[in-house]
Amino acid sequence: MDTNMSERPVIEITGARKLFGAVKALDGADFAIAPGECVGLVGHNGAGKSTLVNVINGGLGLNEGQITLSSGQVSSDFSIRVARAQGIRCVFQELSLCPNLSVVENMRIAHSGLSGPGWRSQARSMVDELLDKIFPGHGIDSGRAVSELSIAQRQMAEIAIAFSSHGAPTALVILDEPTSSLDASRAEQLIAYVKTFNAAGGAVIFISHILGEVLDVSDRIVVMRDGKVVSDKPSSAFTVGSLVQAMGSVAAESAGRRTVAKRAVSEAPVIAFPRERDAVEFEAFKGELVGLAGLSGHGQTQLIVDLFMSVSGDWWARREPVAAFVAGDRIVDGVFPIWSILLNMTIAVLGRWQRFGLTDRAQEAEYGRTWHEKIGIRTPNLDHPILSLSGGNQQKALFARALGTSAPLVLMDDPMRGVDIGTKQDVYQMLREEADSGRTFIWYSTEMDEVCVCDRVYVFREGRIVRELEGDAVSEENILAASFGERVA
Amino acid sequence: MKTLFSADSLRILVPAFSLAALLAAVFYLQPRTMSYMGLNLMFNLAVPIALATIAQMLIIAVNDLDLSIGAFVSFAACVTATFLESDPLIGLIILAAAVGVYALMGVVIYLRNLPAIVVTLGMSFVWSGLAVLLLPSPGGSAPEWIRAIMTSRPPFVPMAIIASVLIAIVAHLIVMRSSFGVVMRGVGGNSRSVERAGWSVVKVRAMTYALAGTFAVIAGIVLVGLTTAADANIALRYTLLSIAGVILGGGEFVGGRVSPIGAVIGALTLTLAASFLSFLQISPDWQIGVQGAILIIVLAIRLLLNRRERREKRA
Amino acid sequence: MTQLVSIYRSRWIWSFVAAAVVWTITVMFTGGASMVGLTQAAFTFAAFSIIVGLGQMFVITLGPGNVDLSIPATMTLSGTVALKFINVDASLIVPGFLIAAGIGLGVGLANYSLIKLLRIPPIIATLAMSFIIQSTAIWTNRGLRIRPPQPLSDFAVGFTFGLPNLAWVALLISALIYLLLEKSVFGRWVIAVGQNMRAARLAGIPVDGVRCLTYVLCAVLAAICGFFLASFSGGAALNMGAEYLLMSIAVVVIGGTSVAGGDSNVPGIWGASLFMFLVVSMLNTYGFDAGYRMIMTGIIIIGVIIAASSRTVRI
Repeated sequence: MDTNMSERPVIEITGARKLFGAVKALDGADFAIAPGECVGLVGHNGAGKSTLVNVINGGLGLNEGQITLSSGQVSSDFSIRVARAQGIRCVFQELSLCPNLSVVENMRIAHSGLSGPGWRSQARSMVDELLDKIFPGHGIDSGRAVSELSIAQRQMAEIAIAFSSHGAPTALVILDEPTSSLDASRAEQLIAYVKTFNAAGGAVIFISHILGEVLDVSDRIVVMRDGKVVSDKPSSAFTVGSLVQAMGSVAAESAGRRTVAKRAVSEAPVIAFPRERDAVEFEAFKGELVGLAGLSGHGQTQLIVDLFMSVSGDWWARREPVAAFVAGDRIVDGVFPIWSILLNMTIAVLGRWQRFGLTDRAQEAEYGRTWHEKIGIRTPNLDHPILSLSGGNQQKALFARALGTSAPLVLMDDPMRGVDIGTKQDVYQMLREEADSGRTFIWYSTEMDEVCVCDRVYVFREGRIVRELEGDAVSEENILAASFGERVA
Repeated sequence: MKTLFSADSLRILVPAFSLAALLAAVFYLQPRTMSYMGLNLMFNLAVPIALATIAQMLIIAVNDLDLSIGAFVSFAACVTATFLESDPLIGLIILAAAVGVYALMGVVIYLRNLPAIVVTLGMSFVWSGLAVLLLPSPGGSAPEWIRAIMTSRPPFVPMAIIASVLIAIVAHLIVMRSSFGVVMRGVGGNSRSVERAGWSVVKVRAMTYALAGTFAVIAGIVLVGLTTAADANIALRYTLLSIAGVILGGGEFVGGRVSPIGAVIGALTLTLAASFLSFLQISPDWQIGVQGAILIIVLAIRLLLNRRERREKRA
Repeated sequence: MTQLVSIYRSRWIWSFVAAAVVWTITVMFTGGASMVGLTQAAFTFAAFSIIVGLGQMFVITLGPGNVDLSIPATMTLSGTVALKFINVDASLIVPGFLIAAGIGLGVGLANYSLIKLLRIPPIIATLAMSFIIQSTAIWTNRGLRIRPPQPLSDFAVGFTFGLPNLAWVALLISALIYLLLEKSVFGRWVIAVGQNMRAARLAGIPVDGVRCLTYVLCAVLAAICGFFLASFSGGAALNMGAEYLLMSIAVVVIGGTSVAGGDSNVPGIWGASLFMFLVVSMLNTYGFDAGYRMIMTGIIIIGVIIAASSRTVRI
């Protein structure tokens, strides 16, 4: 670490441990950042980046570990309020402005000291000045409601608000995927501003999937894996390749592409989903593993959800479902939290065990036993609540729900999020077998290794399919090139 | 031209236009209403409804719904007609305590993550019960001062209109312009981000509920000033009227999108609609049903506007 | 864990315990004289709350924001129309019953059409609907009180094996509802939708169909209840459903059904319905006024949902 001893870190965290149920989100991570420094934070999904960020901004308490403030004092009751008093600000991955308020009014939310007569004009001049400084030519009317701005404008406004200071000076700004909705020139403007902010003594934590950007902006890069910091060196010591290596290839060995029999030219797709905006029409064929790639949040989930909705009924359930869905965001899209593991597994196939309109519980339990063994859920009893399982095992239950149906089409929305490597290996094995027996999988994944296993890949950018890659053309370079378009990393 | 008719400005203009259209229709049916006295008579009862609507709007601004407003206004009216008249100090203490209960209700709903609908429905029984205990049968009398205010006759513009404008301005300043109003609407828009900015959401909600309670108390006092007496059921229908008023005035159930000026216009429109129906000689059997139908029509128009707004945004 | 689950599962026992305690206190006050009469009255009146409560339970199980406020109006309308159709002619009892159920079907479909087409919270849709239904009932009724035919009213007030006939009806309906909820695919779907609507849709559950059927079921039960209540009380009255608005919600909440959705309880409805009736008759026996009874009702409901909200406190 090249922090100057004369300058105390803005914040220092040692031995951080954070558990979510059985999942170790942070497992003894150390982190410090000095004034005037820009630290890049990289790692795969579930490596612990967002947990660390939430600890630094005070949103999450630690199970173990120590937080030292810039005064050198160990904080025993670190909270959002303490963090803000220290001048720590955060731009979150998802939009975190109030959409019903104007940009100026959001300034008021961000700065509790902004009140009294004339607060509106004061806030307006502050945010306008910063917007002009960071993003010249931004075209944002700060009196308009955030919901009326474009996504890029919202992100610019949020960034400007984070850098603004009123009362306590802004000491540290955490930028979590700040460029995900910005085009190349805006991203460059931001990077330039981060450098001037650093020169003035401000610290920045920069998180991005675009490794080139991280290398460009950071003085130092911290790599996280499995809740630990695995590498912490000046950015000059890294290249994109060495960063990828340090992050760890999660599924490196599991890969090994399947050899699919060449399909007949005349064969009809299992499903086609033409949309006007796409450059290439979406189709999937029998027995195929179709990957959806591109930067996260660029419309892949939307396609999967729309596709599922279009083949399943709002009013009637089909006797034999056409598609089954495997959620990645388990809590929002998948799990029924009150129910046991068994009920969570069988909800999609209940129709099978009806006698006089009533469900035969014995057959249901028998089905549960079969899948318990087949997919290896680690629990002594399927009657335990689903939430007693670790994330990976919950995911297995969701896989069992989908694979147990007779649906010829399985849609997967980045299902390996926060799943341990053992589970991944088990599931990859099962997917391959199922695909060989004629099932079609549509698989959105944020992990490059997973996408590269697929037979065919659609690359997304800004909500639309921009490229189709097939066979040997499915490679990391090609996918990256298509995902960034003109903004090549 | 384009900005004037954008969906967003339509949201404010539609209630204003519908009020104007309704007023024109009433004038046409009953030209005698087009006078100082006529206007005062038609809009007198809108004043307490407008106040109750503002109270409901505050609760809706933080994404809850208050089903106890009607019972609470009745309770406040009963206190006004009894204690506030005979022992003003005790009356004020009771009303202040009632506002405190409102704040407490906001806190409990948030901290225990309870459905506001059920809690306020339960509270409506408590308020009604208290009101019945205070005034088992219609009675009481209005304090002199409020009676004097409500029956005063300012030159040119009737009191009812002045009061409505005043309510709209005060509510607009509090909700739309003040720094507290911003945080309050922020809680409705994105509670999480307000919390992340270091605010105590529970405090904001407590203050919002207390403010709503205050407006509802004033509604009760004003109502007694107009009717000179109270009973336990005097304002029960305010619950629906206030919700309808907020929605009619451009507010939405979730997301902190409310408009105080619109809410007052909504309340005036609903009051006027009642007069309009009676001028049309619609059977009293259907009065209540027509109110339900108006609510449904307003929501249908709203849906169309929202669709238009979305289309505009995409374009 | 298993122990926890079993305690959690048997929350409904407390409603029976509470009912038994209140029963004992009341009987003690009267020196045991009222034992049989009180019990029979409790089962008779509880039967009505049970029938509407079961429907409301299904709706509340659909998750936060789902509640049917049109129950009272539906009861009134079905009671009025059915008795008017039967017109004291005993041979028309069965068609009259079917007409009542048909009214429930219509109301349920109308409710869900509003919810779906206008995309408004169920509470507003059912509230607006209830006003229209209420007006229709007023219009049909025209102040006439048509008596039920003799066999029907004999049945409604009669006893079989020491229990009121209506309690047997409620028991039969409860058994069917229990099977529907616990054993059928539909019941499983309702509970899934109540826990997580989006996840339910993505698991292939036809969410609109399930919700629509639930609202229909609730309205049909309310209509059946209205039919029996009108037969029991010698004719339909316009306000006869009024007290069942809060009652239907109260027995669901007190009976251990989670207001957060996805967790419902049939036996609890019985305990809660008996309890609610017994509390009122206890307060009556001890000579408390209507005001106190309302306050107690409100406080019990709020107290129970606060106690039942076992979720972690968020600050």
